[in-house]
Amino acid sequence: MPQIDQLADTYTSQIFWLLVFFAITFFVVGRGMVPRVLDTMDKRSKQIADDISAAQAARDQADKEEEAWRTRENENRARAQALISEAKAEAAAKSEKKMAAAQKRLDKKLDEADARIAEARESALGEIEAVATEAAQDIVVQLAGIKVSRPVANAAVKESLAHG
Amino acid sequence: MAPRYEREFKVAAEEGKVDPMHQFTIEPLGSWANWDMNGVNIAFTNSALWMMITAILVIVFVQMGTKQQLIPGRWQVAVESLTGFIDNLVQSSIGKEGRKYIPYIFTLFTFILFGNLLGLLPLGLVGVHPFTFTSHFSVTGVLAIMSFSIVLAVGFWKHGLKFFTLFVPHGTPIFMLPIIAPIEFISFMVRPFSLALRLFVAMMAGHILLKVFAGFVISGGLGGIGTGLIVSLPSIIMMVAISALEILVAGIQAYVFALLTALYINDAEHLH
Repeated sequence: MPQIDQLADTYTSQIFWLLVFFAITFFVVGRGMVPRVLDTMDKRSKQIADDISAAQAARDQADKEEEAWRTRENENRARAQALISEAKAEAAAKSEKKMAAAQKRLDKKLDEADARIAEARESALGEIEAVATEAAQDIVVQLAGIKVSRPVANAAVKESLAHG
Repeated sequence: MAPRYEREFKVAAEEGKVDPMHQFTIEPLGSWANWDMNGVNIAFTNSALWMMITAILVIVFVQMGTKQQLIPGRWQVAVESLTGFIDNLVQSSIGKEGRKYIPYIFTLFTFILFGNLLGLLPLGLVGVHPFTFTSHFSVTGVLAIMSFSIVLAVGFWKHGLKFFTLFVPHGTPIFMLPIIAPIEFISFMVRPFSLALRLFVAMMAGHILLKVFAGFVISGGLGGIGTGLIVSLPSIIMMVAISALEILVAGIQAYVFALLTALYINDAEHLH
């Protein structure tokens, strides 16, 4: 086994060169490069963490703004709804008033017309009476030869008209 | 089998290259064989060469991933997931205080992992023989002692003599102390050995197994077509399967070494 057979001859060389090359590796790689690599990794993970937290913050902000926008929107909607219903009520009231006024005017016109009709009817009736009275007088003169005074004829006509 | 290859295989067998232990032999490279420092031999060997290749590959691999881009490329993702893996391991076993140990654990893990994987490369096909330096306990021992020293240093630095309370688990009755404390002490002292031996044995065993099956393939082939079909074919299928298993083991052993080091450091940091 060379490990044992050659030990006495080679151990100083083995130890010396191992220490030399291990030390070179240690100082160049272990002390020189590994910290830089670790640093890079730390920086990267820090940047990733920062980016993630920034994204989270932005997202929270957006959520908050959306919430605010939603409440504002809801308020606006409610206000608009109120305005609409108010306008509707107002319009309804106005139109009702107008209708009422129109109705009144119509009623008045109707009343007037009624009155006019009643009057016309009255006057027509009066004329009919007068005509009837005259006719009655004439008929009595012609038939009986009796001159009937106007008031008597009129009273008779009135009676006859009243009995219909 | 062509006679030329047959002769070569025979020569190889005679020279002992099919010896499954030969792959662990440390060979000084060329004129660097006689380097020494105040009389201490520091010959640049094949083992040292593969440590150097490992170090260079680790440096290049990680360097390619340090572009520090916000949106990483493929290579950066690879390096970052490896770093993140070690970061996770350390954080979960030591906690927030573990960050300062990441450079060490990362180096430990990648160095062992690359060493293990490089040793498995089938570069023998092009004449280069990879050397698995993690299959030598002189190497894994040094790594284990380094980890253990860090545990001791951190423990005594942070807790002073209170560090010895590590040997007294919570809720131990006083009269049990004379038994429990030595057991805890022994289990604590065994840690560097288990750490070193686990890696060394796992790597060595896998490589021996591969070489033994490779020997079967050659011997079976030399025996003729019949034995070739009966012995070599199943052996080569086994080698493919074991190679896959060895890749897994390479990762697992590096992970275990790093994880246990982190857990031991956690003991020193938090004293149970």
